[in-house]
Amino acid sequence: MLNTLAWIIKRDLTIALRRRTDIFTTLVFFLIVVSLFPLGIGPEADTLRLIAPGVVWVGALLASMLALEQLFSADHRDGTLEQMLLTPQPLSILVIGKVIAHWLITGLPLVIMAPLLGLQYDMSGEALQVMIISLLLGTPTLSLLGAIGAALTLGLRSGGVLVALLVLPLYIPVLIFGAGAVEATASGLGGEAHLSMLGAVLLAALVTAPIATSAALRVSAE
Amino acid sequence: MIDNNNLLSITDLSCVRGDRCLFEKLDFSLKSGQLLYLRGQNGSGKSTLLRTLTGLLIAETGTIQWNGQSIQKARNDYHQELLFLGHLNGLKGDLTAVENLRIDAAIQGQQLNEEEAWQTLTDIGLRGHEDLPTKYLSQGQKRRVALARLWISQTALWILDEPFSALDVAAVEQLQQIIRTHLDRGGMVILTTHQEVELTSGESKVVTLGESHA
Repeated sequence: MLNTLAWIIKRDLTIALRRRTDIFTTLVFFLIVVSLFPLGIGPEADTLRLIAPGVVWVGALLASMLALEQLFSADHRDGTLEQMLLTPQPLSILVIGKVIAHWLITGLPLVIMAPLLGLQYDMSGEALQVMIISLLLGTPTLSLLGAIGAALTLGLRSGGVLVALLVLPLYIPVLIFGAGAVEATASGLGGEAHLSMLGAVLLAALVTAPIATSAALRVSAE
Repeated sequence: MIDNNNLLSITDLSCVRGDRCLFEKLDFSLKSGQLLYLRGQNGSGKSTLLRTLTGLLIAETGTIQWNGQSIQKARNDYHQELLFLGHLNGLKGDLTAVENLRIDAAIQGQQLNEEEAWQTLTDIGLRGHEDLPTKYLSQGQKRRVALARLWISQTALWILDEPFSALDVAAVEQLQQIIRTHLDRGGMVILTTHQEVELTSGESKVVTLGESHA
């Protein structure tokens, strides 16, 4: 079972590395969205520090959603998804493998780039640290929840818009606690409580999302 | 390796797509060592029936049982014994033929090392294109890579949708040979094909769809 999991991750990473443009689209999108706000609002350091956590988190949310469409649609088109549905092993294992690979390709780069973007907003070192931790805990949840939406809208014509409508409401708790952790740290209250909540949401998503995604895939493949 | 007492039984199977009834009240069964031809005109529901038999589609009414158990209930047991090849080859264009075959094996829960994969692909005549991304291969070569699964397969039931399409004469002969071998060792095969093919081993059955509408 673990062997299969490892193969799925390896497979998706290999494919992503052979067509790198897909990775950069997400990253550049994140970079641009987050950089637009200082340009629009002006260089007032106090204001920027105040809005930074929210802007970075909303940017991460949108970027991660943008990448969702790719998660299953290519496999659906070329028939490999069909083969996966016929696996004698639990489908959830394959789904977890795909989500892990998806996060490594689209989530992890956001986490790595976020501190650099945070500097544009004059964030303190402590707040930057908490932001990295909150993104590390939060972005896997985004990938897990997003997988449900991607699976449900598989093969639909206006899938992209529908994914946004389905998935963005589910992202709200992650946004609140993620941005909340950074804000709380910046205002001196400490973000531990928020981070614990983010961790809890991640665990809950890890348990339930692969099962829901598997069920959705079986329905969509009909 | 393959159990010789497998039984696939289909009772009272109907399928409705939209408001059109593709087939209804279908009854047949398949035992170890038997081959089933599925015939019918274009659009008579052959592919739909095959997908239903794999469990990808849920039938409107009726039951499909594998050794006495409903395939929807005992899904993992059934899929352990099933190999399905549909219209789509199920290959990743960015991966090489060897990588594709090894991943297929892993999804099926098998271990296949690099030499074995390489050897299998050479045997079915890929002639030095084993390490080329499959998007650069011709239609027939892609089909060969997809069919290579049959050579490494340890499953009892093969469900093949138009396996002979896009193949040249040599490949058709190879495919017939492997199907014969599979039947001889107690395997089961269900296939659709428009061309008349000689498959002279074991028993064969024919199910024709869409006769009542003709």
